[in-house]
Formats: sequence, C-alpha cells, structure tokens
Amino acid sequence: MGAYLVRRFGLMLLTLFGISVIIFVLLRVVPGNIVDILFDSAGMVNPAEKVKIEKELGLDLPIPQQYAAWIGGLVHGDLGYSYVSEKPAIAEIAPRIPVTAKLAAMALAFSVLIGVPFGVISAVRQNSAADYVLRVLSLSGLSLPSFWLGLLMLMGFVAWFGDMPIYTEPPATLWDELLLYAAPAAAVGFRSSALVMRLTRSSMLEVLRQDYIRTARSKGASASSVNYHHALRNAMLPVVTVIGLEAAFLIGGLIVTETVFNIPGVARFLVEAIRTRDYPIVQNLVMFIAVVVVVVNFIVDMLYAVLDPRIRYSG
Amino acid sequence: MLGTPTRLLAAATMVAGLLAATTLHAQEPKRGGILKIYQRDSPASASIHEEATYSTNVPFMAVFNNLVIYKQDVPQNSLDSIVPELATSWAWSPDNLRLTFKLREGVKWHDGKPFTSKDVKCTFDLLMDKATDKFRKNPRQTWYQNVADVTTNGDFEATFRVNRPQPSLLALLASGYTPIYPCHVSARDMRVHPIGTGPFKFVEFKQNESIKLVRNPNYWKPGRPYLDGLEFPIITNRSTAMLAFIAGKIDMTFPTEVTAPILKDIRAQAPKAICSFGPTNVSTNLIVNREMPPFDNADIRRAMALTLDRQAFIDILSEGKSDIGGSMLPQPAGVWGMPPDMIKTMVGYDPDVQKNRAEARAIMERLGYGPNKRLKMKVSTRNIPSYRDPAVILIDQLKEIYIDAELDVVETSTWFAKVARKDYSVGLNLTGNAVDDPDQTFYENYACKSERNYTQYCNPELEKLFDKQSAETNLEARKKLVWEIDRKLQDDVARPIILHIQAGVCWQPDVHGFTPMVNSSYNGYRFEDLWLDR
Repeated sequence: MGAYLVRRFGLMLLTLFGISVIIFVLLRVVPGNIVDILFDSAGMVNPAEKVKIEKELGLDLPIPQQYAAWIGGLVHGDLGYSYVSEKPAIAEIAPRIPVTAKLAAMALAFSVLIGVPFGVISAVRQNSAADYVLRVLSLSGLSLPSFWLGLLMLMGFVAWFGDMPIYTEPPATLWDELLLYAAPAAAVGFRSSALVMRLTRSSMLEVLRQDYIRTARSKGASASSVNYHHALRNAMLPVVTVIGLEAAFLIGGLIVTETVFNIPGVARFLVEAIRTRDYPIVQNLVMFIAVVVVVVNFIVDMLYAVLDPRIRYSG
Repeated sequence: MLGTPTRLLAAATMVAGLLAATTLHAQEPKRGGILKIYQRDSPASASIHEEATYSTNVPFMAVFNNLVIYKQDVPQNSLDSIVPELATSWAWSPDNLRLTFKLREGVKWHDGKPFTSKDVKCTFDLLMDKATDKFRKNPRQTWYQNVADVTTNGDFEATFRVNRPQPSLLALLASGYTPIYPCHVSARDMRVHPIGTGPFKFVEFKQNESIKLVRNPNYWKPGRPYLDGLEFPIITNRSTAMLAFIAGKIDMTFPTEVTAPILKDIRAQAPKAICSFGPTNVSTNLIVNREMPPFDNADIRRAMALTLDRQAFIDILSEGKSDIGGSMLPQPAGVWGMPPDMIKTMVGYDPDVQKNRAEARAIMERLGYGPNKRLKMKVSTRNIPSYRDPAVILIDQLKEIYIDAELDVVETSTWFAKVARKDYSVGLNLTGNAVDDPDQTFYENYACKSERNYTQYCNPELEKLFDKQSAETNLEARKKLVWEIDRKLQDDVARPIILHIQAGVCWQPDVHGFTPMVNSSYNGYRFEDLWLDR
C-alpha cells in the first residue's frame, strides 16, 4: 500500500507538471495577447505603448524564462499580479474559491441525494409506472442544458414569486446563502443526478440478478436488507467513479450557471480571465482546478477499497 | 421625409419617459438610500481617461468633477447647456486664443487634500503626454492637439492656450470623459482606486462582481448628493439583468442596454417602470481597408456604399426605431446633423434603393465583375450581437452587387487589435461619439493621424476644413461647414454610416432626478441629483 501511495503521488506530480506546461504554452499560442486586449477598451492600439506594456508585464522575455518565473513564484506562494485589475492574483482568486466550492458541493449533494435513491427505486421497481416516470425524468436531465434550465427557473421565479435568486450582494446569513445557491445547485445538479440515477439503476439491476442475491433472498433476508445492504453496496462502485468524474466536470456546468445566476465564483471568473488573457489568473486557477481533480480522483480510488474489501492496492 | 415616423415615435417615447420623470421633480427630494444599477460588464479599469467605453463612465463618473459639465437635467448636450463645476466661471481672451477658468475654492479631494489649479495642469499634461507620469492608454490625446499648454496663476486660476481659436474646446471639457485627476495620485493608482472630488467616493471594485461608491459627506455642493451610495452589481447576462430589473432587485438598467424587443418585455412585465428610448449617438458603420486590393479601388468602395438599404437595417434590427444620417447625429436629437433633405442627396442615401443598386452593379460590371464572376471576400466583425447581426444583413445586401461575402466573427477582445493591424478587408463596426460636436467626431474618427481612424482615410484638404469649422465662432456658419465636410466624408466612403442606433434605459418609479441624454451616452452619470422615494 505504501509503495502504491508513493507511486501514485509521483504520478500526480507528473500530471500536474504536464498540465502546467500545456496551459502555459496554450495560453501563449492562442491569438490575441493581454496588451491587445488592454487596448481594446480604449478602442485603439498604440504600437509604442504596446511594447512598453509588454516589457512592463515581462511578456518580452523568452517563454521558458516566463514559465520558470511562474513556477518559481508558485513554489514560494507568489501567484503574481492580475494584468487586468493590477491586484495580487491570490487576492482575486481566493475569495471566489469558497463560493464555487459551496455551489459545487451543493450541486454534488443534490445529484447524489436525488440520483442514488431514485436509481434504486427505478431498479427494484423495474418496468413499473414509477420506473417509467423516473426514466423520463433522468432522460430530460441529460437533455436539458443547465444554462437553459437556469434561465427557465429564473423566469419561473419572477413570474410566480416576483423575486429571483441571483447574486447582487453577499448573502448576510447562512440561510440566505442556502436560498441563493439552492436554485443554481439544482440547475447544475439536475444533469448529474440524471446520470447517477441511470447508472445506479443499471448497476443495481445487474447486481440484483447475481447468484448471491438469490441466495440471500432464499435464506429469508428482507427485501430492504437485500436491496440496500447486499445489492446497493456492490452496485455503488461504478456510481462512485462517475460521481468522482462528475465532481471534476461540474466546473464546466458551473461556468454558465454562475453567469446565469450572476454568482461571482471561480468558474465565471476563469472564463472572463481567459477572454482577457489574464495569464496569471488563468494559469493559477487552472492549476488549482487540476489539483482538485487529481485529488478527487485519488480519493475515489481509495474509496474503492472501502466499498469493496476485496480491492487491495500494491506497488 | 427620411425616418420621420421613427423620429416622431422616438421623440414621443422620450418625452413620455422624461415627463414621467420630471413631473416628480416637483416633489421635495428625500435623502438616503442606495441606488442599484446593473453594470453590463467588468470595466477594464476605473480610470476614465484611459478607457473609451461608457462601461467605465457610468460607474465612475460620479467619483469626479470636471471644470465644466453638461447640465445634468438637460437632455440635449450643447454649448448652451454647459455649466461650471470645479470652475466658477470661464472667459475667452479677445483673440480667442486663451481660455481662463476661475476655480472653486475650498474643494477637497476624497483623501482630504485640497484641490488647486495644479491638479488641472497635471490632468491636461497627462492627457497631452507632457507629464512625467504616463497613462497606460491615452485614447483621447487627439482631443487636445490644438491646446499648446495649460498654465496656472495662483491656486485658483488655470488658462488653456490654444494654437487657433476653438470654441468647441469647452464642449470637450464638459464631457464625462474629461474629469480632473489629482496631482498627488499616480495614473496607476487611479486605475485601481480612483480619488476624485465628486459626489461619491470610491469604495471597491471587485472584478465581475460589483462596484460600490459611497456618499461624499464633504462634497462642495451643499445638500448633494441625496443618495447614501451607488452600487453596480456586474451582471453580464442581459436576460438575467432584465429579469432582475423586472423583479425589482435593481433600480435602473444599464444605459442603452434596453433594445426595442426588451422594451416591450419590460412594458408588459413591469408596467410601472419608467423607460426612455431614444438616440444614443452610437453609429453602426462599414469600415473598408483602403490598402487591400481590390478595395483600394474607390469605385468598389462606392459600389458598396450604393448597395446599402439603410431602412432595411433599421427595420430588421430595431423594429424601425433608429435613424439615418451622416457622421454627425441626425436632428432633432443631434445638434449638428444635416437637414433630412440634404441627407438624401449623398452617395447611397437616395431612398430609391433599386436605382442605387443599378448604379452599383454598373460600376461592378465595368470592373469586370458580374453574375458569373462574383467577388469573394470576408466581412469581419466582433462576436457581439450588435455587431454580428448587422454584418449578416450587410452580407445579404452585398450579394445584390455580385459580392459573395463570408462572415468572419472575431473574438470580441481582439477586434481593435485586428483592425489596427489592418488584418481585414471589410468590417462592420460600431462607433460611439462621447460629445455631439464635430471636433470630437472629425478629429477622432477621420483625421489622418488619429489612432481611432480605423480605415486610415486621409484627405489633407478636408482636414483643413476640419480646422476651419473648428475655429468658426458663428454657429450657423459652422453648421454649414460641418454639413459640407460630412457630405464629403460620405461621398468619399470614408466610413459609411449605416444607421444611428436608438436604445433605452428603464428605472423603477421610486427613482427620481435622472435625465437620460439624447445625444451622448457618456455624459449624464454624475448622479448627484438622483433620489429615492422610499
């Protein structure tokens, strides 16, 4: 196990190094640079001033030197300055992380709390009316883009309640915060819950047909004991994998949902930073997201062993 | 008459909105409250002098004062509506070569330091690139090319010395684009934490989140401002922003963001909201790269101008609610627009579009093009609906004269860089004029050396006329010169103006004291007279 962990940790570092190189190079390959974009809001480009700003921002240095400066700073906790706001990158990024983290956690909780129980119900009552309804619901969840669903929800809120849950100022209490994030979390989590529901259903159906389930039933175990104690635990392995992957993919859904619900999180901020080629923000945020994804994947791998004692890791 | 029903409708809408707003002026204003206006995007910086978009003016103009300003409750900006602000009076020398301002005493910057004439000199030295400190961007340097220097006489007098008479200098100084900056704060700090003398103090600017200003308790104007503060939540999704307005979560929409279809929605869903819909002094125009073959041929450019069916653009894009004109905003909202009968006589402006197109086709055939030999090209534009939509219509209209164009959608933030590199053949552009004055329009957009002259149209003879009209002190004589220049610009296909956009702004019925301006989208955001009836 120890050797496995060391090897896994080494692979994680290698992955992060690869990502850092790719994002650094890609940002500099795409057309348009920060100086052009800075001038865009002035409606003109002055070549002399452009050269001056490029030098000021260190963009005139060779790319390997720029990369080394970034990684060197990162190691020392210096993320540099946002080219656009001229504030430290950490001051721009840090306040936005909890916002997105809470939203992502709520969306993930929504998808698990809705997806798993409904998936089980759908499986144990296969081909019943409830199963058909849940399957239609899960199909619609996979088909509806979250931004469109979000807009529909907002229009519904305004039409029926005369109010809408969008961010115009920081929520004052925990309750306000929950109310604010509930709708966007549902909009994003609906798609994930559909996926989890479908996967739980098919996985459960497969497990329910196994010999040991028949044996448990023949020994007189109750239906709930068979379904939830014997079957669900074994059916959860692929579901946990998908939940882990969904946690990483949520960021994609959050980009549009944060825009529609006007939530000042990292996802929307990242898109804006890419648009303005604010390299320090994009590089550091992508690295942060990469670390989260790598760590979540690691946790998912560890969970396998907890869920199925037969799984053992070795070097 | 060209666009008469449109104008009448616009005027009626405008008057209705303004009447609703102004009748309530009779009420005694109340103190207090925070006004929330949605901000359409995150401005690049807080420094008005370094930006060329009212995304910066709207939230930050209230932080500052100018020497003079357009009276904030008069909808049409003109030399007659200019009032003193940090100046108490002004006077031209008998030879019209020196403009002297007496300055207000006892005014303090938001950090407590006193305002003096040195601040006026510092501001204009920065703008004229004569200061040690430098702006990162200086988009309006051309505005002051006729100013030789700014001198001070004691702490409360400043004089602008001009190379030749320029009565419109005052119009430029009254714009929301011309705040006075403090000497003791660097250009860099003004981008992130602006210090002004205005009615509201800067509190914070969180990118993509919000901008907050708070009442300046030491404001030099007694009793102002009425509001405790201003908040600009940044809502980039227009559908969300309009729903938020309808739900009453914000008090005012971002100016000019209400289009004709959105206005209908607001009227239906928030019938008590007060809306004003009218001209913006922003034009949709065609830019042609005059250096790239075959567009270096003046005949092709003329043919392109002749194929434009402006009324079709207006009907499709704004349900008939926009205006046809030359480079200056058309009357009645515009002060300098040509008479409608004169507009019809310019190249491509004859209402008989079929006749124009027949002439255009004849030109193209003379150049060797025809139904079997069509000219292939790209129409480049920014990836924003207000640019993209007219570009599609343009492509359709170009087909009429044997031109098959393809839409080249450019990522919005790289648009001006592409245009500056001349990496386009034909483009569809929008131009906002901050000041309804020929000096701003002509020197900024058509002068040979201007960085914002995107097509690099250069006519030294016409530039002499720019100077002549600029120096003319007789208003009627100047208007005639301006019309002559405008006609020449359109006939030369310098940057064919397709339409002058109309748009709107809405506010909740308990917001009072706001007057939308009809010939500029840049000058009416001091917000010191606004109050909330709550």
